[in-house]
Amino acid sequence: MLYRRNPQLNKNGELVHLLSIEGLPASILRQVLDTAESFVSVNDREVKKVPLLRGRSVFNLFFENSTRTRTTFEIAAKRLSADVINLDIARSSASKGESLLDTIANLSAMAADIFVVRHGESGAPYLIAKHVAPHVHVINAGDGRHSHPTQGLLDMFTIRHYKKDFSNLTVAIVGDVLHSRVARSDIHGLTTLGAAEVRVVGPKTLVPADLAQMGVRVCHNLKEGIRDCDVIITLRLQNERMSGALLPSAQEYFMSYGLTREMLQLAKPDAIVMHPGPINRGVEIASDVVDGTQSVILPQVTFGIAVRMAVMSLVAGNEAN
Amino acid sequence: MSTGSTADDLAAHAAERVRDLPALLQALVRGVGALRRPTSQLVGIATGGAWLAERLQAELALPGEHGVLSSAMHRDDFAQRGLSAREPTRLGFDVNGAHIIVIDDVLYTGRTIRAVVNELYDYGRPASVTLAVLIDRNGRELPIQADFAAARVELPANNMVALRRDAAGVLSVVIEKRPS
Amino acid sequence: MKILIKGGRVIDPASGLDQVCDLAVAAGRIVSIGAAPSDFHANKTIHAVDCVVAPGLVDLAVRLREPGHEHAHMLQSEMAAAVAGGVASLVCPPDTDPVLDEPGLVEMLRFRSEKLHQCRVFPLGALTRGLRGEVLTEMVSLTQAGCIGFGQADVPLPTLHMLSRALQYASTFGYTVWLHPQDRDLGSGVVASGPLATRMGLSGVPVVAETIAIFSIVELMRAAGARVHLCRISSAAGLELVRKAKAEGLPLTCDVSIHSLHLIDTDIGYFDSRSHLRPPLRQQRDRDAIRRALADGTIDALVSDHSPVDEDQKTLPFAESEAGASAVELLLGMALKWAEDGGVELRRALQVLTSAPADIMTGGLDAVRCGAGRLTVGGLADVCVYDPNAEWMINADTLRSQGKHTPFSGYAMRSKVRCTIVGGYLAFEA
Repeated sequence: MLYRRNPQLNKNGELVHLLSIEGLPASILRQVLDTAESFVSVNDREVKKVPLLRGRSVFNLFFENSTRTRTTFEIAAKRLSADVINLDIARSSASKGESLLDTIANLSAMAADIFVVRHGESGAPYLIAKHVAPHVHVINAGDGRHSHPTQGLLDMFTIRHYKKDFSNLTVAIVGDVLHSRVARSDIHGLTTLGAAEVRVVGPKTLVPADLAQMGVRVCHNLKEGIRDCDVIITLRLQNERMSGALLPSAQEYFMSYGLTREMLQLAKPDAIVMHPGPINRGVEIASDVVDGTQSVILPQVTFGIAVRMAVMSLVAGNEAN
Repeated sequence: MSTGSTADDLAAHAAERVRDLPALLQALVRGVGALRRPTSQLVGIATGGAWLAERLQAELALPGEHGVLSSAMHRDDFAQRGLSAREPTRLGFDVNGAHIIVIDDVLYTGRTIRAVVNELYDYGRPASVTLAVLIDRNGRELPIQADFAAARVELPANNMVALRRDAAGVLSVVIEKRPS
Repeated sequence: MKILIKGGRVIDPASGLDQVCDLAVAAGRIVSIGAAPSDFHANKTIHAVDCVVAPGLVDLAVRLREPGHEHAHMLQSEMAAAVAGGVASLVCPPDTDPVLDEPGLVEMLRFRSEKLHQCRVFPLGALTRGLRGEVLTEMVSLTQAGCIGFGQADVPLPTLHMLSRALQYASTFGYTVWLHPQDRDLGSGVVASGPLATRMGLSGVPVVAETIAIFSIVELMRAAGARVHLCRISSAAGLELVRKAKAEGLPLTCDVSIHSLHLIDTDIGYFDSRSHLRPPLRQQRDRDAIRRALADGTIDALVSDHSPVDEDQKTLPFAESEAGASAVELLLGMALKWAEDGGVELRRALQVLTSAPADIMTGGLDAVRCGAGRLTVGGLADVCVYDPNAEWMINADTLRSQGKHTPFSGYAMRSKVRCTIVGGYLAFEA
């Protein structure tokens, strides 16, 4: 196989695209987290805007709908004084329409600086990054089942905020790991930043054994999986999974894998509970846990804006060369 | 007054002016003491100015803590140099109606001061902003001046002067030739 | 035309011949191997010193994309690519557009390809109408039109019942059924199942999709007494089942593509759609098993699995891109590379490209036997002369195929075809 440089880094090893946490050195991850630290304070000022991306254009290219994620990126971009253009490119199989690369080429002709891309196919942002003009930066807002790097980074930021040091931490990721790009990004982030132990928990149909090769411990029993954990990340269970051949029902899932108050007691007393959202109350997590004292789900959202500001300002300041 | 005409003479003369750092620091303490109003807040520009503000706060026995200002968000060279992740801004008081003394180690082009004033305005409208620096050197590119400077020096264009702090917390001034 | 090939190392894997000598061709036949007759006056002399003179290659899997892409003149370009790769006879799968399920379409294809005077084209007929797996095709008429076997390309049959019926019908007439062993439901992914598929978030094809298919095929062919050729084995476990069936004496043969012989799943890199292939690239131990099996005869033939894909269909996100790579020009070089890396003797390396695939092609049908894949005095003059030491880079500029995508792009290839003779006609000269 021919050697291929990580397409996210330029020749000086600086971040020019954010496509996946996998393959990024810990120093880059820490740089993002440290930069995000500064941006958290921007949200507390009277004037919640800094001029770093003034005159730059951020195009939100969402091939898969998501108002939440798109809104977060839009807020982040506007706080950096960038101009934001939203493009909802509905992907219907009935009408193929313009090819993906033609879309990108046309948009590049409109002087975009940053593309924030969400796509239903794993790997799509890599294709886009290969074909954009040199000065354009691509940020992956979620591709298929593969990666959701900004979510992974904001999860790491959240954990660092509450727990400080990764090297003593046991983290459990509970739910449909097989289909989750958030889980993959979290796993890469945690292993790169040196978490002591990462466990993935769920039924065999949703948590396959070969996940162990990513450096995690596979558990099919919730009690065993969250015992003495410092952090519990619960994943959203999608409706499609519940009626398919993967799971019989939401009720059955909740019985075996739902995070309830009783289950939470098996973790460390100061364990934090996280969720990427949107939450299915009573399916993957009980309502009283969502609203309980150990939940940091709302701070995750706030941190998400700062982290996205950090990513955008970092890539925009680095040249592709 | 500089007597030498060559660049090296200039640099040597400047080095002479800044050799006695304790004396410069005392001068700065006296200068800031004179600028002060009863309610003035000291704010140091990260990182050199912040070190000095910390010293001044102690030497002048001021209540509370000094503030820190970062120029990172408002720098005008972001496109060329990218984002620097230094100490973020930390104020601890309401900027609206405050009398603020900004402290920095070296006043050079004036661009950093322009950036930190913009940063202050993100927090509110100050009653006044005065500037006290340890060293005021030639090379201004904006119409900005210090209200007090402990030392004024002239340096050749490719020379830099900077405040350093070692692991033990000891401050020193260095003059270096920048590679062209 | 009288052609004299002088001073080359003449190798005929079928007979074991391996000597430096001349070879003379006249009226479409090999006149002599060794000193040419004294009264032989060549119109054309090919100086083959330091070259190898082998039988014209026989590639069992080359997609010419016609019928379907007549407007792009693909028949012409892909056959030109084939002869440039030293291929004198090729088998094309039935998944054309329209599907080769009518005698008229087969005749048209053979007529058009013969007119171009490049290599011989032996079409596979569709096993079922439209490859839809519902109604059997008229296999007898299709064979009379020129089909040498029947298959489904990589469209799996929907039921075992249908497979059973198809095998029974084909075996009535002694026809060979060419099957891609991949279960329809388990085999719907785009990469091989395993840690890589999980990490990359791509749907995977587990090994059991292949082993279950092979097991079912073996059981049904035994019951029907049918002759089967398995196309593109990809796994070590699959090879074990093939070994067992062969040991039992069943008329089963199989092939492997140059991609599965050399590449593994991690060669997909950063979602590079040039490595989107069917069957998918598997893991190291599968590749090692394939290499050994091709050497020891468990795998009978090496094929290119030439499937040119145009730019628009490749520059798409991985799972949406069309599977396939241009490969016919790389067949020889990749066989020689495998032999060199694995310490396999040259005779075996050439055998899997010549006499072995020729025997599979003709199956039990003497009527179709034509002497392809062999150098025999008096036999058909299908010859490939190549320089084993010449180097060239694989890239869009050097490939003659209209499909420029191959996972081997950027690789240096050792061995270059100097000329290809088909039926005594100089079809290609470098």
